[in-house]
Amino acid sequence: MEKLPIVSLRGVTKRFGDVVAVNALDIDIFQGEFLTLLGPSGCGKTTVLRLIAGFENLDEGEICMAGSRMNSIPPNKRNVNTVFQSYALFPHMTIFDNIAFGLRMKKYDKNNIDREVMEALDIVKLAGLEKRMPYQLSGGQQQRVAMARAIVNKPQVLLLDEPLSALDYRLRQEMEIELKRIHRQLGITFVFVTHDQEEAISMSDRIAVMNVGKIEQVGTPIEIYEEPQNMFVARFVGEINVFEGKVLRIDNGSAIVSIHGQSFEVQNRKNISEGQDVRVLLRPEDIIVFRDEAESITDPALAGRIENVIYKGKTVDLIITIDAGETIFVTQFFNEDQEDVVFREGQRVHINWPFGWEVVM
Amino acid sequence: MVKKSRFRSTAIGLTLLWITVFVIVPYLFVALFSFLEHDISRIIRWTFTFENYQAIFSPIFLEVCKNSFILAFGTTVITLLVGYPFAYILTRIDEKIRRILLLLMIIPFWTSSLIRTYALIILFKANGIINTFLLYMGWIDQPLNILYTETSVFIGLVYTLLPFMILPLYSSIQKLDWTLIEVAQDLGAPSRHVFLHVVLPLTLPGIAAGSIMVFLPALGLFYIPDLLGGARSMLIGNFIKNQFLTTGNWPLGSAASMILTALMGLFLYGYFLSSRKAHTSMEGVR
Repeated sequence: MEKLPIVSLRGVTKRFGDVVAVNALDIDIFQGEFLTLLGPSGCGKTTVLRLIAGFENLDEGEICMAGSRMNSIPPNKRNVNTVFQSYALFPHMTIFDNIAFGLRMKKYDKNNIDREVMEALDIVKLAGLEKRMPYQLSGGQQQRVAMARAIVNKPQVLLLDEPLSALDYRLRQEMEIELKRIHRQLGITFVFVTHDQEEAISMSDRIAVMNVGKIEQVGTPIEIYEEPQNMFVARFVGEINVFEGKVLRIDNGSAIVSIHGQSFEVQNRKNISEGQDVRVLLRPEDIIVFRDEAESITDPALAGRIENVIYKGKTVDLIITIDAGETIFVTQFFNEDQEDVVFREGQRVHINWPFGWEVVM
Repeated sequence: MVKKSRFRSTAIGLTLLWITVFVIVPYLFVALFSFLEHDISRIIRWTFTFENYQAIFSPIFLEVCKNSFILAFGTTVITLLVGYPFAYILTRIDEKIRRILLLLMIIPFWTSSLIRTYALIILFKANGIINTFLLYMGWIDQPLNILYTETSVFIGLVYTLLPFMILPLYSSIQKLDWTLIEVAQDLGAPSRHVFLHVVLPLTLPGIAAGSIMVFLPALGLFYIPDLLGGARSMLIGNFIKNQFLTTGNWPLGSAASMILTALMGLFLYGYFLSSRKAHTSMEGVR
């Protein structure tokens, strides 16, 4: 994929009264990518979307699309379309008229409109429903109409404002796959806004994690999940366990960190130095649990006790209290070869992790 | 529970009694009279006849009807054109200013509309406030002839009925989902098309309600044309009033009332149908 920024935001700031919703934000969005703005509610992600769409005027900075400055261009003259969280279908128009609205505004002739609308209905798999009224459709179908109404205009960028949040779990999963398919099929740039990190991770090419009007980190889902650059990203994206430690010494590419008196070898990717206080971050699924009754362990490990066992079907979640203090969250996958491995509440265990699976900051 | 339901039946019963005694029974009399013969000395004669209804379709009455409809229609159009932008602005402005504007609109209701109509006379008459002011400023040489013209009747009707247009419009526009306007803009619609294809169709129930609330009273408000239009403009309302109070032809007045009521019923039924349709299409759309 040729890396051309199709939308670029430079120092974009938006205030609502005294509240700074978006604060000097920079980001490039590239041709054809699926970019997700991920963050808690109120972090300004929807405002960024509305700024790109043109519904809000920015206070500072600059928005460029395909090289031209868009700051004062009204929404009806921008080559972007939005799928709204509430779908917002026109209640007084048939499905056909809803989808045809944009094309009619562009003064397409009737034959072209018919063809394009039918094609869009095909893409969202709603062929045959064009004569219905919006109130006759289910929530999932209305969602698809909202998609069709936007993509029929072949925008440079499609903006999606939490489009799946109103759907139930099963429908949401189905639509995630549909959205990815439509994205691949059309090759349009998607900018997707969500507070759901699983949604973000499973769909995006890149994720921009936002917090209080700023971008904390931009990267692929793997980078965001495996190598969070700060505590906010680490905590917001998935569960994370944090251990406080002190660097004892540096060995080539690795460092020896003391946690509760035990010396652990960790990868030194961030140029940490001797004597520094560090935090060692571990995902629940990266932790290995040894049951004291079954296995003896010689490597450095932290002793603890299982507080809670939560059976999840394909995994089992353990809440373990480390003797020295922390309560940690561990996910274990069932192993077909070791069916006799049973975790019980109150069991004594030791935990550690494979070298290099940790994040140190 | 028993006490509560007794309270409820008392409240409803009193209202029902009130409506029966003061609305339904008199109305049945009107309906009855419209089928009886006119008698100069005893007002009515107990003979069944369709004569009154035939008399109504005389050229004179049809002329009166035509005038009334033109005036009522004109009033409706003017109040709509003035009221719509005002109601629209009301929904968009700051809460504080909105409350003040709504209050200003409602305050005149605290005064009898008859008194307010007399107040208009003071404004309009040859040596009234407007003419005195304009003469004093030297903008005109002789007093404008406003009072006892069709114009003053229009002004009076518009002034009296404007709130009845604004309030239903306001409630209808306020219910409008603002996202739909953004969607239309997003899909490339310039303001004119946003209004024409989205705002207007979705506020149609408000327009219909407001128009009925203005049109129907405008047909029947006899004292405004009487006071502001002089004897020149005879409207349905005046016609009915005259039959009862001046010529004493109660049966003819009753027949005219029945026709007016039937018309109103027709309008209300039309509104009911259209609002029910609009309501169904709103349902289930989030």
